[in-house]
Amino acid sequence: MTSAVSFQKASRYFGSVRAVDAVDLEIAPGEFFAMLGPSGSGKTTCLRLIAGFEQPTSGSISIFGERAEGVPPYRRNVNTVFQDYALFPHLNVLDNVAYGLMVKGAGKAERHKAAEEALALVRLPGYGARRPGQLSGGQRQRVALARALVNQPRVLLLDEPLGALDLKLRENMQEELKSLQKALGITFVFVTHDQGEALSMADRVAVFNDGKIMQIGTPEDIYQRPKTRFVADFVGSSNVLPPDFVQRYSGQHRWGSLRPESIRVGRAASGEGVSARLVSTNYLGATTKLALDADGLRLHAIVPVGTALPGEGEAVVLTFNREHLHLMDEPA
Amino acid sequence: MTIAALNSNPTPAILPGSGGVRGALSDLFWRKPKVLLLLMLLPPVLWLGIVYIGSLFALLAQSFFSIDEFSGLINREFTLKTYADLFQAANLDIILRTVTMAALVTLASAVVAFPIAYYAARYARGRWKALFYLGIMLPLWSSYLVKIYAWKLILAKEGILTWLLAKLHLSWVLDAWLSLPVVGGNSLSVSFTGTFIVFVYVWLPFMILPVQAALERVPGNLVEASSDLGASPGQTFRNVLFPLALPGIVAGSIFTFSLTLGDYIIPQIIGTSRLFIGQAVYSQQGTAGNIPLAAAFTVVPIVIMGFYLWGAKRMGAFDAL
Repeated sequence: MTSAVSFQKASRYFGSVRAVDAVDLEIAPGEFFAMLGPSGSGKTTCLRLIAGFEQPTSGSISIFGERAEGVPPYRRNVNTVFQDYALFPHLNVLDNVAYGLMVKGAGKAERHKAAEEALALVRLPGYGARRPGQLSGGQRQRVALARALVNQPRVLLLDEPLGALDLKLRENMQEELKSLQKALGITFVFVTHDQGEALSMADRVAVFNDGKIMQIGTPEDIYQRPKTRFVADFVGSSNVLPPDFVQRYSGQHRWGSLRPESIRVGRAASGEGVSARLVSTNYLGATTKLALDADGLRLHAIVPVGTALPGEGEAVVLTFNREHLHLMDEPA
Repeated sequence: MTIAALNSNPTPAILPGSGGVRGALSDLFWRKPKVLLLLMLLPPVLWLGIVYIGSLFALLAQSFFSIDEFSGLINREFTLKTYADLFQAANLDIILRTVTMAALVTLASAVVAFPIAYYAARYARGRWKALFYLGIMLPLWSSYLVKIYAWKLILAKEGILTWLLAKLHLSWVLDAWLSLPVVGGNSLSVSFTGTFIVFVYVWLPFMILPVQAALERVPGNLVEASSDLGASPGQTFRNVLFPLALPGIVAGSIFTFSLTLGDYIIPQIIGTSRLFIGQAVYSQQGTAGNIPLAAAFTVVPIVIMGFYLWGAKRMGAFDAL
């Protein structure tokens, strides 16, 4: 089966900056694919390479088996939902949504009908006559989505589309986007720096750092079995354990990671384990996050609310299930 | 300062007033911001209201007087006779000629200004941007008269343009153009073409700057979004860039159009002996001493600009503001 999007050693340099550095990537048709990474890690440049706003300095990019180098954005059946939506301020909502059909030469009645349907799809029916300036952030987001979807793209690119929304709205939109993607079966490529968003929405996640892909895998792979210290630390702020520490518990001299929720915290007297000192507690609602100091090694633990906690500064003993200790591929 | 010092030596929560007249004034303006606004607006409002609008109304009043044909004295009684005089064939000719010239100059300025403004707004950064502003503003630093006489030399029969075209073996193009009726003449410096070229040159900065300001406000991702949705560069220009730059083009065209309508020096020095509105006003209030007709002539550009702005608004030129 041909990939929806395929990168072969694709690079994009800006002067001496390697924004995207020899990236290999295969995105399957109908997949919800997330590109996750800190700002400046090259994920947005990758998205722009697919959209055609940037051309690769070297390497090649194919979209559904067709070579995309040198093809301008307007000849790619790929649409983008921009980070700040990029709605046309001089057009009303309906004409914004119908824009793609208008430039392709569709008649007025036809394109307005399609635009109305797209607005209904994103649950904004009847908003056509308004100006973008009269809409809230969440509504603009939906209009941008409708404007892209109305063209029935082969691949939909989303550049941090939920970044500007407040938490509640963002969670709603995450669910909606996911069910929309399932219903339409369009390949979604979603760029985000929010690991929670990537894990909850995507079928597969690529973690970017310094223009390179550190790891590609299912959310569970990425979260439970990070390959490098960077992935372990960036996705879910895992405890990264140095080789000497790991050797004591697993016998192997390798870097390890331990999820904060895998650590159990007990009173100092309660037997064997890693002795540590409780530095501070952070109440997070359903859970409490503990900062611990184990002989100079900073660790975090997350415990359910209701657990009896020692006071700050007291000595504690940490225990964990050996199989939760994940050994990373990265050489020690 | 250590944390202990911060804890033991708290600064007062409310600071004392700075005292004196300035302190009192600052506090007053803070409590009653409208007082400050009134003080700031009063001088310009007086200037605009009395000196500026006042003289405009005095002018308007003059245009409703008439001149006694025999004595040459002004008859200060309300009449529309002066306006009727405007519609005499010779005067109508002047108005038509000026409006046509102003329209062509505006159109040409917009066409020439757009790419320059586009480059400056989209691509020029740092030193190139400074160079752009310098290049646009530099001609405005030198005297308007010097520039026009310089152009007279450039466009004259013995001038550099004729010489250059001869060197390029393109004299026939110039000769063919000059042999055309209306736009032609003995040389460029005594033709309407020359007048047109110099008008465009002199008013161009007034078109470039507002268009550049308008384009600067168009977010770059709108152009990308348009391209992403399948619009070719031409379609992006027509559907996104042009409509969003239109308020700037209209603002610039107000300058180029009204400045051309009122100018009397350029057509005097470069061009034919046929009059433009500005020259008509100049000669009517000067040698002819017909102040009412001069006043009526000056009302023409005001009325035309009124219609122009009304039309621009109806076309939706200000929708993107």
